[in-house]
Amino acid sequence: MWIKSGLLPLLTSYVVALVLMVMPMPAFMEAWRPDWLSLVIIYWVMALPHRVGMGSVLVLGLAADILMGSVFGIYATALLIMAYPAIRHFQRIRNYSFTQQALVVAILVMVKRVIVYELEHVLNDAVFQLAYLYPVISSAIAWPWVYLILRKYRRHYLVR
Amino acid sequence: MKSLFERGPTLLSRLVMALICAATLMFLDHRLNTMQPVRSFLSTVVAPVQYLAVLPQEVLDRLVYLSTTRTTLREENVQLKQQLQELEMAVQRLNFLENENDRLRQLLGSDVRQESRRMAAEVVSVATDPFSHQVVINKGSTNGVYDGQPVLDNRGIVGQIISVGRGTARVLLISDQSHAISLRAERNDIRVLARGTGDLQQLELMFIPHSSELEVGDKLMSSGLGGVFPEGYPVAEIISIDRDERLQYARVLARPFAQLDRIRTVLLLWPASATETPVYDEVKSPALEKESTNVD
Repeated sequence: MWIKSGLLPLLTSYVVALVLMVMPMPAFMEAWRPDWLSLVIIYWVMALPHRVGMGSVLVLGLAADILMGSVFGIYATALLIMAYPAIRHFQRIRNYSFTQQALVVAILVMVKRVIVYELEHVLNDAVFQLAYLYPVISSAIAWPWVYLILRKYRRHYLVR
Repeated sequence: MKSLFERGPTLLSRLVMALICAATLMFLDHRLNTMQPVRSFLSTVVAPVQYLAVLPQEVLDRLVYLSTTRTTLREENVQLKQQLQELEMAVQRLNFLENENDRLRQLLGSDVRQESRRMAAEVVSVATDPFSHQVVINKGSTNGVYDGQPVLDNRGIVGQIISVGRGTARVLLISDQSHAISLRAERNDIRVLARGTGDLQQLELMFIPHSSELEVGDKLMSSGLGGVFPEGYPVAEIISIDRDERLQYARVLARPFAQLDRIRTVLLLWPASATETPVYDEVKSPALEKESTNVD
């Protein structure tokens, strides 16, 4: 069978993450917008490492590139490098407490953001701003809720 | 079922393969610029995501609109009528001046300025990446939008179009780090180049000598040089000048007039020299009329 159970809910969660990534927000919250796409990707590669792998991350990364208007492959590269340790160590991270998980997520999101910055710097001469790393903190704070909501979602729609 | 032992290529080799894919795309897009058709096709594909993103805001606006009382509407109406009257009076004078200007220009033997055409567009999504200040608008190639088109709001220049999909287009804001615009000081006609800093509230003027006559508060208008932006639209106001002699040039910062952090509606401009022509939505005006009859 090509279509496994729960394909639609899985795709829906991707679309929601992409929508949240480009949703207009009030200016003061803009800098603190959590990195929704990274959070959702980290959750799924941890929960379903046999299903959500490098291929899905690559496609999502390219979608993010189009939505953000960046050079093709920047977000894809950053998300791939971020997802690798998460897949590699999914069994370990699954058993961490929320605090430890949030810490790991913060590090992963920071790695992703630093790679995006480096690539933008090399390709488009971007200048670093500290505000670009604020979402690392907000993502870590948002992680437990994302985790609980997506776990409930996964169990309810039998995504496996 | 998931198996205990991995099948197929190992995780690391899959990562490497995916990375090679991404790197190839990056090379094709950035070095060879061959991805533009693919990009405009794909931006049409992802357009629904962008429409979904503004949906909550639109619903909220609609609710606010529906919940406004008759009295507030009436007050607003009075206010708007007053405003319209004032603007009409200003336009009368402007028409007179324009005619006079045309006549004088004819006397001088230079070209008469031609009118440009405009179209309003809504912002549907914003790129939150501080390294690229872009917004997406809901007009595309079907409306005659073209690459390099100037975009304004009601206060000043916002940016220019950098890629066009079928129903959407992407605007690069003047505050983007990769954007620079040629300006002229309104007071003394000094020409300057303003580069985006990655901060929505700031532009940096490049190569200003320490002896420059610019002052804080000077208004900067577009100069029309460079061919993208038409001449004479307000762009920014100088907010600080640091004449530090140790630096090679004076450090001059300006604040854009356009409210880049809260743009909702923008104006697309077709200068007289543009080969493309705007295609207005036919459905738009009857729909608006219908709306207004509903309100009655």
